[in-house]
Amino acid sequence: MITILGVLGLGVVFLAAGLMIILRMTGKDRGQPAFRKIAAFDDLKKSIGLAVENGTRIHITLGKASLAQPFNPSALAGLAALDRIAQISSISDRPPIASSGDGGLTLLSQDTLHAAYRSVHAPELYDPGRGRLTGITPMSYIAGTLPIAADEDVSAHVMIGNFGPEIALVTEAADNAGAFSLAASDSLPAQAALFASAQQPIIGEELFAAPTYLEANRGHAASLQTQDILRWGVIAIIIGGALLKMVGVL
Amino acid sequence: MRAPLSTAIAIGAGIITLLGLFIPVEPITSLRGRLIEWAVLLAGVAGLVAIVHLLSVHWRKMTARRNKNIPSAFLLIAFALTFAAGMVLKPGHPSMQKIVTHIQVPIEASLMGVLAVTLTVAAIRLFQRRSGWMSFLFAVSAFVFLIIGSGLLSSSANIPVLKDILAAVNALPVAGARGILIGIALGSLTTGLRVLLGTDRPYSG
Repeated sequence: MITILGVLGLGVVFLAAGLMIILRMTGKDRGQPAFRKIAAFDDLKKSIGLAVENGTRIHITLGKASLAQPFNPSALAGLAALDRIAQISSISDRPPIASSGDGGLTLLSQDTLHAAYRSVHAPELYDPGRGRLTGITPMSYIAGTLPIAADEDVSAHVMIGNFGPEIALVTEAADNAGAFSLAASDSLPAQAALFASAQQPIIGEELFAAPTYLEANRGHAASLQTQDILRWGVIAIIIGGALLKMVGVL
Repeated sequence: MRAPLSTAIAIGAGIITLLGLFIPVEPITSLRGRLIEWAVLLAGVAGLVAIVHLLSVHWRKMTARRNKNIPSAFLLIAFALTFAAGMVLKPGHPSMQKIVTHIQVPIEASLMGVLAVTLTVAAIRLFQRRSGWMSFLFAVSAFVFLIIGSGLLSSSANIPVLKDILAAVNALPVAGARGILIGIALGSLTTGLRVLLGTDRPYSG
């Protein structure tokens, strides 16, 4: 039996999907919409450019969320960012490395790298060794990621995914090696740890804006616009609900 | 379109799973359950494939002509010994449990100790890295909640005004966390829809 909550949930999903399709279609001729500046993503673009010029590497780590867990959308956002970073840095002498703490995510990171190089007509750049599983428990994942910061000539670390507060060990290793670090997580304890330790921490839903700010494609921009519209809807509902509660209707 | 079959399978399975979540009627529910079982099974196989890949990466690093990585040899030997012991004794054997409780847990605990020091140092360096009202607010809130969480003010629970102030202060992080989580939920929704609409295809390599 379908419940009212089920109908409401399905309604929100259809509304979001409809908005994404409409915004994507109407925005085709207008080009990339203007979004507010986020300093972290400006710095990331500069770091990618510098890494390409210096012949150093970019490291993208995608967290430890299994694809069967509800936390994996953050890793999917990380994969979209990996795709774009691999395309941008395909002219570099040292292609990027992706690491993760889940087997499924590792295979997807390899697949994403493969697709990115094919899309820029450079399939020969693909090396499955650059999409790595570094550990299967939270701590072994971090312990396996630390040597990448020290040994692989990395000048920029991009951390987008589901982490625990132990991710601060990677940002500290990046800091010690003089590398740039941008970090975003859907986990609140990790966000707190990253705020103190990362050079450019991303708080909250800005994590999902990474592919759009790396100018991925029109679909990502439509997705971010939809997210903004839904956020305003939630704000209106919260304020409306509070006012109705105050006047005694609810 | 790249990989049309993979895209069709991903979108179809995603739509059935989503509908099964909101419309709990047969046969959608049982189909959703079966798809999730397959996904968990595939995730397990992917884990095994990725572990073999991890070993191959460390083998390559250990046998590289230049810059041989010696710690990779330790990893491979430790893996081989643990794997052999697990196959012979089975994971539930007391000796296997000892490997976990006497080796892995202490190592992870020591990493947590390093993390505590790292976070303390990072908090001290925060103002060098980013001075501003956000850093100031972060430091003040960390300090205030350390004091509240330590129980130093537990004796003031009976003082009427202080009790109300503490209750108001304790409500602030809950409100902030809810705000962040609502934002993350919206972002997760649009990210999931990107896969369902075929905009993101991380499987299309």
